[in-house]
Amino acid sequence: MNMSYQVDEKGYYGEFGGAFIPEMLYPNVEELRSRYLDIMKEESFQKEFKDLLRDYVGRPTPLYYAKRFSEKYGTKVYLKREDLCHTGAHKVNNTIGQILMAQKLGKKRIIAETGAGQHGVATATVCALMGMECIVYMGEIDIDRQAPNVARMKMLGAKVVPARSGSKTLKDATNEAIRDWINNPVDTHYIIGSVVGPHPYPDMVARFQAVISEEIQNQLQEKEGRKDPDYVVACVGGGSNAAGAYYHYLDNPEVGIIAVEAAGKGIDSGESAATSALGKTGIIHGSKTLLMQTGDGQITEPYSISAGLDYPGVGPMHANLFRSGRGEFISITDEAAMKAGLELAKLEGIIPAIETSHALAIFEGRKFEKDDIVVINLSGRGDKDLNTYIDYFNL
Amino acid sequence: MNRIKQKLQEDHKLLSIYFTAGFPDIDDTEKIITDLEKSGVDFIEIGLPFSDPLADGPTIQESSTRALKNGMTTEKLFSQLKDIREKVEIPLIIMGYFNPMLQYGVEKFCKKCQECGIDGLIIPDLPVDVYHEDYKELFESYGLINVFLITPQTPDDRIRYIDSVSDGFIYMVSSASVTGSTSGFGEETRKYFKRIHDLNLNNPQIVGFGIKDQETFEQATEYAKGAIIGSAFIKHLEKHGVEKTSEFVENVKALT
Ligand SMILES: Cc1ncc(COP(=O)(O)O)c(C=O)c1O
Repeated sequence: MNMSYQVDEKGYYGEFGGAFIPEMLYPNVEELRSRYLDIMKEESFQKEFKDLLRDYVGRPTPLYYAKRFSEKYGTKVYLKREDLCHTGAHKVNNTIGQILMAQKLGKKRIIAETGAGQHGVATATVCALMGMECIVYMGEIDIDRQAPNVARMKMLGAKVVPARSGSKTLKDATNEAIRDWINNPVDTHYIIGSVVGPHPYPDMVARFQAVISEEIQNQLQEKEGRKDPDYVVACVGGGSNAAGAYYHYLDNPEVGIIAVEAAGKGIDSGESAATSALGKTGIIHGSKTLLMQTGDGQITEPYSISAGLDYPGVGPMHANLFRSGRGEFISITDEAAMKAGLELAKLEGIIPAIETSHALAIFEGRKFEKDDIVVINLSGRGDKDLNTYIDYFNL
Repeated sequence: MNRIKQKLQEDHKLLSIYFTAGFPDIDDTEKIITDLEKSGVDFIEIGLPFSDPLADGPTIQESSTRALKNGMTTEKLFSQLKDIREKVEIPLIIMGYFNPMLQYGVEKFCKKCQECGIDGLIIPDLPVDVYHEDYKELFESYGLINVFLITPQTPDDRIRYIDSVSDGFIYMVSSASVTGSTSGFGEETRKYFKRIHDLNLNNPQIVGFGIKDQETFEQATEYAKGAIIGSAFIKHLEKHGVEKTSEFVENVKALT
């Protein structure tokens, strides 16, 4: 297979990717780069990873034919139920993989960044599982907005450190985690929460999340007698659940790839996180990618009602899918997403995370053929968002 | 000859000072530069502020945030430096992150540097291999020296590679840390300074990160050619404003 939308041997997706890191990070990143593929290939690694995904995370997650939702939109919609993963989202697929990687590398201390707290919880969870020290950086503003997840991380034994620099949200938490890694270059592994950061992170995280599309292939074969859907749809913050859902379909042109970004209050409102529409090529957190920034190259603060989509960049894989035209990019406002979340609850009895609700909302505007098979990656459940839903709909 | 290379040939330890352009006030750039030269500093790093300075500690982050709030931009800095060569002779280096340069246009950035009489660049997040492949010729064609960092964790073969790509000096980061750490230099650090010295590199080394006063300057330059002070000078500016630059420099140079 020609893997042209996959990473190349230099760590690039087309013109995007690479490792634009200060020399202080070079030994850490280079150690990871030179070893991650070999470690992932080891039989013992594969076995531990698969066993934990099955027995601890609860995989495979179901591929569910959403009958009433399908009827409403006149097409065949399947939901990949990542919301049923332990801790409530796909994020844990990656943290399981990375904690095993950290152990193989002999690391003793784990750091992570988090925005909404989902990745922080998933990291704190695997650290508790393995008995490892865990420090999670979180923007001071997000700590206030996401109190239940802060409490969960603390219960799991993690130390939550407020990021007080810059805009005090996800990008600043990521800066602080990187600074911590600079200060602790020997014993620490940084578990990045999405397909962002310097090479090899985007590729490594995508490979851990690729279990999603691997399962979709098997499950669709069973249900429909074919491995490939007509479309795979996923929301994109940094892009890890999307990378996982697309992974085995990237180089199959028969499968349409649809990426859904957060338009916030509207693309032209000045309060948006639609990176493909608003971003330009730049460098953030060690990666060359599409990035929301001022004309002077200062990184700007995005906005979305969903904290998980509130990132000023996208992973380099997605930047390349956008630039090359391989992916169809759609942006969805807060309002449309909230409505779609409520609708799924009423039609299918599933309350989705607000991030995921963005992916569900495309059916109002984007029409599909009656016999198209459309798989939506249901990246997470809405428990963490109940307060936002309550406030929004006066429930 | 490039002013930095000329300066490196002088037979004494060199003191360099970093400041963030646009801090404390937007229009302080020229005064800080001229006062530093008058105070006997050997070369100057002008920080181009960035919203997300990954390699910097709280002091320089905060000064960058303030500088951006004050309205500092790449264009503004160049307009402030337009006539600086009519006023000072001291070697000038711009230190900044790569994204603002990329947006400005790397070639246009280099051209402007040359027009203003800038002698070199330090770009912490432009890796040496990317520089080597994509930018070395360009930088050199505008007479700019690019300076690379090494740390206690940098393997010897990589140090030699960096040495081979460098043409000026190597920026030796004193410890595994972001800027502004205040822990002082222990035995480990001294061993590292000596280890690098004993590699007999082609380029002299200038030590940075964690130098804050006369004592740490002396320690840092026991083996190295010079040292750079950043956060400590920013703190001084924060506390005393721009009128007392010479006092700060005299304190560092007291015994040299
Ligand atoms: C449920 C859910 N979906 C999606 C995302 C966005 O991240 P990514 O784009 O990496 O999948 C998050 C992030 O917190 C999330 O919690």
